[in-house]
Amino acid sequence: MSVSPNAYVALSSMLFFIGVVGVIARRNPLIMLMSIELLFNAANLALVAYARAWGNNAGHIFAFLVITVAAAEAAIGLAIVAVTFRRTRFVDVDEVSALRG
Amino acid sequence: VIVFAILGVLMVASAIFTVTAKRPVYSVVGLLANFICLAATYLTLQAEFLAVIQIVVYSGAILILFVFVIALLSSGVRPFDVGPNRAPHILIPAAIFAAVTFVAIAVTAVRTPLPAASKATQALAGTTGDANAFGSTSDFGIALFTANLLPFEVTAFILMVAVIGVVLIAGDQDPVTGVSRRRKRSGIRESVVKPSRGVTLSPSKGERAS
Repeated sequence: MSVSPNAYVALSSMLFFIGVVGVIARRNPLIMLMSIELLFNAANLALVAYARAWGNNAGHIFAFLVITVAAAEAAIGLAIVAVTFRRTRFVDVDEVSALRG
Repeated sequence: VIVFAILGVLMVASAIFTVTAKRPVYSVVGLLANFICLAATYLTLQAEFLAVIQIVVYSGAILILFVFVIALLSSGVRPFDVGPNRAPHILIPAAIFAAVTFVAIAVTAVRTPLPAASKATQALAGTTGDANAFGSTSDFGIALFTANLLPFEVTAFILMVAVIGVVLIAGDQDPVTGVSRRRKRSGIRESVVKPSRGVTLSPSKGERAS
């Protein structure tokens, strides 16, 4: 009856894959940030699935810390996006090349 | 099993919608669906506390932040639209990289040894809701504040650094010079307005401060 952890991890890897495609293929910085959130969530799902499989809640702790750090990352990323947009009016990350990256 | 299948399909569909949506607002809606499905998946994994945290932090805080930024930016001169994505000229390397990532994760996942239906897992089944069950809030809290207290405090520090960084990056004042950025940018308009407003406004501010 219970689903095997491998199924959860397969789902997690599919989400991670979709998020990687989003980060690589989209140019809108906001959608890239959302794809990064997808990556965090995929990692969290794998952590929680393995925690359930092993009966050890260290995975829960780690997922909790990941959520916190993701919140911090989203705040800083969105602040950078807002400042960059205010300054340059670009919505394409390829056009923001002041640092010659 | 049925619940997992439904949630999995919904999560993958909403994730694809998030990535392929034309406008960021639609993307946010897809992301919201994804987060809610993920929280339900956490519930099926007996991680009640994480499910609630997922809803509160992601759907409540991060998505609101996204919506605010979208609303803020789309009120500008140019409509905050996406335009073409990078897909045409980057499709092949992106596909290769993503496929390699997917295969690597899948292989690692399959090869990882698991305690297949061990006694621990069997004992865990159906205990959701008990006070001291695996994944309950008290279990989580005991583990967080005894064995993992240092990571918890480090996380608090990271959050504080993030808050200060956001204020410095996006705040109105320049962190080095202390000059207001808004005034500096719209200098021409400010100089027109100044004679009428500056004289009356600054003494009253000083009085209020003292």
